[in-house]
Amino acid sequence: MALSRLSSRSNGIARPFSAAFNRFISTDTTPITIETSLPFTAHLCDPPSRSVESSSQELLDFFRTMALMRRMEIAADSLYKAKLIRGFCHLYDGQEAVAIGMEAAITKKDAIITAYRDHCIFLGRGGSLHEVFSELMGRQAGCSKGKGGSMHFYKKDSSFYGGHGIVGAQVPLGCGVAFAQKYNKEEAVTFALYGDGAANQGQLFEALNISALWDLPAILVCENNHYGMGTAEWRAAKSPSYYKRGDYVPGLKVDGMDAFAVKQACKFAKDHALEKGPIILEMDTYRYHGHSMSDPGSTYRTRDEISGVRQERDPIERIKKLVLSHDLATEKELKDMEKEIRKEVDDAIAKAKDCPMPEPSELFTNVYVKGFGTESFGPDRKEVKAALP
Amino acid sequence: MSAILQGAGAGAAAALTPFNSIDSNKFVAPSRSSLSVRSKSYIVAGSDDGTNKSFGSSSLIARRSQPLMIPNAVTATKADTAASSTSLKSGHELLLYEALQEGLEEEMDRDPHVCVMGEDVGHYGGSYKVTKGLADKFGDLRVLDTPICENAFTGMGIGAAMTGLRPIIEGMNMGFLLLAFNQISNNCGMLHYTSGGQFTIPVVIRGPGGVGRQLGAEHSQRLESYFQSIPGIQMVACSTPYNAKGLMKAAIRSENPVILFEHVLLYNLKESIPDEEYICNLEEAEMVRPGEHITILTYSRMRYHVMQAAKTLVNKGYDPEVIDIRSLKPFDLHTIGNSVKKTHRVLIVEECMRTGGIGASLTAAINENFHDYLDAPVMCLSSQDVPTPYAGTLEEWTVVQPAQIVTAVEQLCQ
Repeated sequence: MALSRLSSRSNGIARPFSAAFNRFISTDTTPITIETSLPFTAHLCDPPSRSVESSSQELLDFFRTMALMRRMEIAADSLYKAKLIRGFCHLYDGQEAVAIGMEAAITKKDAIITAYRDHCIFLGRGGSLHEVFSELMGRQAGCSKGKGGSMHFYKKDSSFYGGHGIVGAQVPLGCGVAFAQKYNKEEAVTFALYGDGAANQGQLFEALNISALWDLPAILVCENNHYGMGTAEWRAAKSPSYYKRGDYVPGLKVDGMDAFAVKQACKFAKDHALEKGPIILEMDTYRYHGHSMSDPGSTYRTRDEISGVRQERDPIERIKKLVLSHDLATEKELKDMEKEIRKEVDDAIAKAKDCPMPEPSELFTNVYVKGFGTESFGPDRKEVKAALP
Repeated sequence: MSAILQGAGAGAAAALTPFNSIDSNKFVAPSRSSLSVRSKSYIVAGSDDGTNKSFGSSSLIARRSQPLMIPNAVTATKADTAASSTSLKSGHELLLYEALQEGLEEEMDRDPHVCVMGEDVGHYGGSYKVTKGLADKFGDLRVLDTPICENAFTGMGIGAAMTGLRPIIEGMNMGFLLLAFNQISNNCGMLHYTSGGQFTIPVVIRGPGGVGRQLGAEHSQRLESYFQSIPGIQMVACSTPYNAKGLMKAAIRSENPVILFEHVLLYNLKESIPDEEYICNLEEAEMVRPGEHITILTYSRMRYHVMQAAKTLVNKGYDPEVIDIRSLKPFDLHTIGNSVKKTHRVLIVEECMRTGGIGASLTAAINENFHDYLDAPVMCLSSQDVPTPYAGTLEEWTVVQPAQIVTAVEQLCQ
């Protein structure tokens, strides 16, 4: 990993040893330039530069949020094993850099839509831990009122469109959101995330064709963690270069474990999409857990492979090394931060556990939109006519 | 006897009366006097919780007064042959596809969020001319020609609806929408629920279906039965130019996803419709011909077969009550119930397949709710469970013909 030392750090920070680390996060925005670990590989476009502008605040923010995401996913793992979370639970640990880097490059007006591995992206979009754990445990305070579950997190006010269970179906939805952004003349883009398994879906190419034809500000992001549940990518796809799959649509291959590479690529993609139309990003990333909690994750890959990636490419370790090498915090301060995060997550879980389950009447709400006269009680309607506006 | 028409009236706000006041009492005296025992109570049930199963009587809930809302113009004469709704005020005559186009155009004028997407809807003008001229008027961004990818453009319409646009997605033939079933079922129907109410999907999915003139098996599909179980959507079927325009407008204005079923053979029906704006209620059934002996429930093209059979039946001395159910999901059990309580016999005539069709669900619903009022088992005439053959004679026998309807009525009324 090549690091370039900042040559002109103008405010030297005099650090008393006993100072609390909070001070770093809130005050310092001195620019730092970081070089990405690998160069970008481009298809039909000029790759962006490897030097990424950042700041100490951002570095520490990245570390903190990624550690929070990691802790949240591991806590979800224990909750699942304790049978408090049921059904399907797809964990994102290992892939945090994609969520973080993307958030850093865009605003809340830009839309993100993803598949079922959505806990961390929801958090990145501004969701709270309480909403996450409540939803996972099916409680009222969950972001979808407990009626969606792990695969259906949404946050409309931050333009997070979910949270979808059927593989690939979210990509046409995402292109539709991009279409609406163009229709309403908002200067915003939509990131439609999908996995290497979904990359073989036909509806992706259909949606890409329309997006390219109509010049929609859609960015298709393939989070390539190399396994579609139990099937390795070389067994599922004839062409593993997902960024080239767009054919006439430009593409960029990015090291998805490097948050700064992701940030640079997303910024580049946003500018491209607003001017020239759709682009495909392939994030080369990895998940430590299995596909979901029912999958041990070791039947189709070796433990050595998993621990190898964890040692060499872990996104949080990378940020940690950057933070330490730039003297932004000491090991102890980072450890304290992690402890604090752990406590925060535990508190959120305790609070969520106390939350009540949804009322029985909630079974029938939100099937149809209320207030427009239509109420649903199944096909047997016993009430007088509905009135429409 | 004079035809009593309830239609476009000036000062419609004050003149609005709830539908159930259109009693058959206003017309010919019932031939069976024993009927008068049961038919008078108004079924108005409060509906605050999902467990209310009894018919309580409460004050009649008057419709919210909407100056532009005109209740269905109801045809009343017994001697009525063609089931068309006419109004007292001067209207203009047009064909059904033109009525759909008018409704569409008015809504697009009214709300800039409305857009149309489908194959050949723009420059070509629509394969059944429903969107003719709209692309010239509104431009390419509002009338969108899509490539042939139902799954993707239905998904895109739904994604756009999540942000607040109101797309109308046209399937060139309803059968093609099977390719978009995932999007319609999982995303369109369920997103409002799984997001805890955050997103609404105000789409209209429309297209022609049904058995045409020797179009072959794959182009003669009736998808009502496949879509009816999807929670969260509404389904309506239009059958006359009047209700086509009204339902189109209501569907566009509705915040729920609505699937509007048109029929390939009905596009050239001609009728006179009012000049002023009107909307039909999405959940309401239409009383085509009030009667006393038997309730015939039908929708879409079969309405015309039923009316043709009704002519024969009247000559034979029967008095059928014909209701066009229009709303396929949810059923207007209010109108249907009132009718069953009056006639005590039900015949369902539909074009859907026998197995698992709309008629099957309706039979179950009627049996469950109105069992006490039935003098005979509910009979359902549906299309045969076969792929529609190409040969004309075979195709004719796939769907229900008027002669079969007459026989069924005679059988039920023994």
